[in-house]
Amino acid sequence: MSDFKRIIAKRKRQDFIFNIVGIMCTLVGIVTLGALLTDLLMDGLTRLNWTFLTSFPSRFAARAGILSSWVGTLLIMLVTALTAVPLGVSAGIYLEEYARKNWVTNLIEINIANLAGVPSIIYGLMALGLLVYQFKLGQSVLTGGLTLAFLILPIVIVATREALRTIPQGIREAAYALGSSKWQVVRHHLLPYSLGGTMTGIIIALSRAIGETAPLITIGALTFIAFLPPLPVTTQPPFLSIEWLWSPFSVLPIQMFNWVSRPDQDFVVNAAGAGLVLIVVTLLLNAIAILIRYRVRKRIKW
Amino acid sequence: MKEIPALEHPVAAAADLGMGSPSGNAPSVTKRLSYIKERFIEVLLFLAAFSSVAITVGIVGTLLYESASFFAYVSLKEFLTGTLWTPLFASPRFGILPLITGTLVTTVVALVVALPIGTVVAIYLSEFAPSSVREIVKPALELLSAVPTVVYGYFALQFMSPLLQKLFPGLPTFNMLSAGVVMGIMIIPYVSSLSEDAMRAVPMSLREGAYAMGANRIITALKVVYPAALSGIVASYILAISRAIGETMIVAIAAGMQPNLTLDPREPAATITAFIVQVSLGDLPHGSIGYQSIFAAGVTLFIMTLIFNILGYILRKRFREVY
Repeated sequence: MSDFKRIIAKRKRQDFIFNIVGIMCTLVGIVTLGALLTDLLMDGLTRLNWTFLTSFPSRFAARAGILSSWVGTLLIMLVTALTAVPLGVSAGIYLEEYARKNWVTNLIEINIANLAGVPSIIYGLMALGLLVYQFKLGQSVLTGGLTLAFLILPIVIVATREALRTIPQGIREAAYALGSSKWQVVRHHLLPYSLGGTMTGIIIALSRAIGETAPLITIGALTFIAFLPPLPVTTQPPFLSIEWLWSPFSVLPIQMFNWVSRPDQDFVVNAAGAGLVLIVVTLLLNAIAILIRYRVRKRIKW
Repeated sequence: MKEIPALEHPVAAAADLGMGSPSGNAPSVTKRLSYIKERFIEVLLFLAAFSSVAITVGIVGTLLYESASFFAYVSLKEFLTGTLWTPLFASPRFGILPLITGTLVTTVVALVVALPIGTVVAIYLSEFAPSSVREIVKPALELLSAVPTVVYGYFALQFMSPLLQKLFPGLPTFNMLSAGVVMGIMIIPYVSSLSEDAMRAVPMSLREGAYAMGANRIITALKVVYPAALSGIVASYILAISRAIGETMIVAIAAGMQPNLTLDPREPAATITAFIVQVSLGDLPHGSIGYQSIFAAGVTLFIMTLIFNILGYILRKRFREVY
C-alpha cells in the first residue's frame, strides 16, 4: 500500500514539475517581448518628439527624422491594400463558393499554400527582375506596393475563406430558396456576414506588410531620401495626380535598418525611435484585429 | 389528373421571372442578361484566384531567367562545391557553401531554441493550462510573430549580443548565436500555435483511455496526445524551419555580412538572405554578374524552402484526414 501511495505521489510531482516548466517556457516568449519593448522605450523615447516625426533624414543624428519614411510607408500601404484586398477577397470567394473540385482548383490551392511559405525576400527578387526591369515600373512606390500586395495575398485569401466557412450552409440555402442568384447570395449575405473575420485577416496582413523590410530593400528602395513624393492633389484640373506612384521612396523599417547598421551610437538611438513608432503601429493594428475578432465571436451566434 | 395543368402554372410563372427551373420556354432577355452577369462575375473571381498562380509563375520564371545567365558564366560544380563567395571582388569566386553554412548554423540555433520551447508551450497550453490562461497567453505569444523583424534585428544586436558576451567572453558584436537565438524566440509562436491546434484536435476519448489506465497528465500528453498529433506537430516544425531559413533582417543586422565557412555559431557569417540584402543596398548595374549572383542565391534559397514547404503540405493533408 505504501508503494501505491509513493507512485501516486511521484506522478503528482511529475505533473507539478511539468506545470512549472510549461509556465517557464511560456514566460520566455512573454518576457522577451517585454524586454524588447523596454529596450526600445529606454533607447528611443528620448528621440520621440514632433521634430523627429517632421524632419528628413540627415547626416547629423540629432537633426535626422522620419518624415519621408513614414509618408513612404503610408503610400506603400495604400497601394498594397488597394491591390491585395480586392484580389484576395475575390480569390477567397471564388475558392470557397464557386470553385468545382477539379485539378485547376487543386492547383490553385496547392499554389497558395506554397506561396504562403515563400520567404519574403524571394518576392523582392521577383519584383526586381519582373516589375522593375521587365515591366519598367522602376524603383517606385507602385513597385513597392505591388510587391507587398503579392506577399500578403495568401494571408488575405486564407482569412476570407475561413470567414466564409464559418457561415452555416442554411443561410445560403435560405437565400437560394427565395430565388437569389449565386452572386446575390454572396453580395447580400456572405460578404456582410463574413466581414468581421475578413477584416481581421486584412488588418493582420497589413500589419505584417508594414514591418516588411527585405523585399523593399531588394527592389532598391532608397535608404536616404530628403524629399516627399508629389502630392496626390493638385491645383490644376483634374486636381488628382498619380505622379506619386512613380516616386522613389523609403519606408520606416528601411530607415531603421539604415540607422541601426551605423557604428555611431547617436544613430542607434534614432533607430530605436523609428522602431518605437513602427512597433506601436504594428501592435495597435494587431490590437484592433483581436478586438474585431473578439466582438464578432461574441455577437454572432448562428 | 386534371389538377396537373393548374399546378404547372406557378412553376412556369416562376421560370418567366428568371428564377431557374428550365421549363422549355425561350428564356426572357432579363434572364439571359442576369445569366451573363453571373458568368462574368464568376470569371472575374476565377481570374483573381488564378492570379496567385501567375505570381508563382512570375517568381519561378524570374529566378530561372536571371540565374540562367549566371550559370552560363559559372559552372554548377563551382557554385555548389566552391568554398569562397566573393562575387563583387575584382577576381570573383562563386562557391555558395559559405552562405549555406551561415544559413544552416543560424537556422539550427533558432530551432534549438524554438522547437523545445514551442513544444513545451504547446503541451502546457493544450493539456495543462486552464482555458482562461490559454485565452490570454495564446494571442500574447502570437504578438511575438507580429513584431517587425527589423526590430528583432535591433534587439539581437543591441540587447542579446551584449547579454551573450557576458556569458561567452570574446564573443564578437556580430555573431550568428545572438541572431539565431532571437530568431528562435520569434518563431516560438509558429511552433506552439500550430502544435497546440494539432494536439487539441486529438479526441478526448484517447486521453480518457489513458487516465483510466492510471496515467497522469504528463504521461498522457507525452505518450498518447503527442504521438497522436505527431504529423501536425511535425508540420509546425517544418514551417519553423522554412521560416528560419528565409528570415532576412535579423541575420542581416546581427550576424554580420561577411561570407564565412564555419559551423561555429559564435563567429560572424553572412547567410544567403543577408547576402542578397547586402548586394541590393549597393547600386549594381542591371545584368552584371553581381546582379545575377543574387538571383542564383535566391534560387538556392527558394529550392531549400520549397522542399520543406512541400513536406509540410503533405503532412498537413495527412493530419487533416486522421480524425
